Amino acid sequence: MIQIESLYKSFDGNEVFRGISLEIPKGLILALIGRSGCGKSVLLKHVAGLIKPERGRVVVEGKEMGTARGRALRALRGRLGFLFQGGALFDSMNLFENVSFPLREKTRLSHQLIQARVLRELENVGLSGSEYKYPSQISGGMVKRAALARALVGDPEIMLFDEPTTGLDPVTGQSIIELIDSCHQRLHFTGIIVTHEISRVSPIVDRIAMLHEGVIWAEGTPSEFFASQDPVVRGFLGDAAKDMS
Amino acid sequence: MFDIIKRFGASTIEYVRKMGVMGLFLLKAVLFMMIPPLKFGRFLKQIRFIGLQSVVVILLTGAFSGMVLGFQGFYSLSRFGSDAFLGPMVGLALIKELGPVISALMVTGRAGSAIAAEIGIMRMSEQIDALELMGLNPYRYLVVPNFLAAMISLPLLTAIFDVVGIFGGYLIGGKLLGVGAGTYFGEMAAYVEMEDIMEGIYKSFSFGLIIAWVCCFKGYYAGAFSGFGSEGVSRATTQAVVLSSVLILVWDYFMTSILF
Repeated sequence: MIQIESLYKSFDGNEVFRGISLEIPKGLILALIGRSGCGKSVLLKHVAGLIKPERGRVVVEGKEMGTARGRALRALRGRLGFLFQGGALFDSMNLFENVSFPLREKTRLSHQLIQARVLRELENVGLSGSEYKYPSQISGGMVKRAALARALVGDPEIMLFDEPTTGLDPVTGQSIIELIDSCHQRLHFTGIIVTHEISRVSPIVDRIAMLHEGVIWAEGTPSEFFASQDPVVRGFLGDAAKDMS
Repeated sequence: MFDIIKRFGASTIEYVRKMGVMGLFLLKAVLFMMIPPLKFGRFLKQIRFIGLQSVVVILLTGAFSGMVLGFQGFYSLSRFGSDAFLGPMVGLALIKELGPVISALMVTGRAGSAIAAEIGIMRMSEQIDALELMGLNPYRYLVVPNFLAAMISLPLLTAIFDVVGIFGGYLIGGKLLGVGAGTYFGEMAAYVEMEDIMEGIYKSFSFGLIIAWVCCFKGYYAGAFSGFGSEGVSRATTQAVVLSSVLILVWDYFMTSILF
């Protein structure tokens, strides 16, 4: 479960969050939408504990991210998976080394077990046969898939996706969404997906929240959201539909 | 007028803050160096990169520095009829000053810049964030191995530089200009003390720390302190080389004048 309570944050005097409150129950996925630069990725990094709030709290699985330090923070992060917008794969390692890295460093599993698990995870994301390729040798879609495999290999309880389909063609983007859905069916993680592509993501999410002017402007199930008469929501949905077409 | 004072004050505070962050970075690096576990594979990799792969450049610069010293030393000393002291002059100059300083400057240019660029790119492409989000400590993976490797490699590289330089000096002074091998090496053995050698080792050890500190710091905080994107990485790399080189020379002066 993720709870965000009255979160405030500003950068160089520019107020990004003005009291954000949001709750994502265990096992559900929330899509976080909003215009570019409204702070969606910043909110995701607050949840991951990469950015500290000025005021307010982010509570993940009963533990406050903002006040956790050192080993406690690392233990908490060990329960998270994060899919970065650019993948953030280690560019000096091949895909096998990338995906096996968290297991090699954080567990005492044998080499054989790690190998079996990594190969299975790469197979799950459709990257069998590409184990020994380097991130610079593969396409953007494959980078996202490999990054997803790395994020999921530790069986996280919480998954955070930062623009998982941005920069991908519609077919590859759709395959990534389907992949996230199948992983969710398998692992039942609690998730947040930051995205612009609301219509593509809505079939796999339980709730949608819209970030606007530093607050959660609207929140609801996908059907409630699409039925909303709020002019800001309607405006965003209209723009998003235009972008998609 | 008030605006100028305000801006000056703000930039001073920012400068002091950066120095504080840099100091804390060193403190954390030293702390994690002392607390196991050490990422041994990464440490060996950095020893290879900073130490082994710098040997050729150290051999070249060491040889030519010694040869230049041989020439200059012989012509200066022969004016006073003291060319027999060429050996001690070359030996002391190399062991106490030139060996540690030139080796450190060479390592800064060859390995320090690469360390800053590598860590800077990892910062920009969120690879360091990814490490943190795996619940791993980036200091252990990126900083500590570089610190240890630089502090071990620098004294060894300096020793190679000194030996090659001394033979370079002999090549010119002895073989070309006629100072006998017995005079060159015999006088050197008489005048070069163990504490001179230790002075060079202490210096090179501390230069290793400076190189690792500045270059890792500049890479680690690329983005926050040096701008974003490829331009930010390039600025961080330049700053790392310039600041390391300046600090090496300043610290060398203080070590020489105060400690020895």
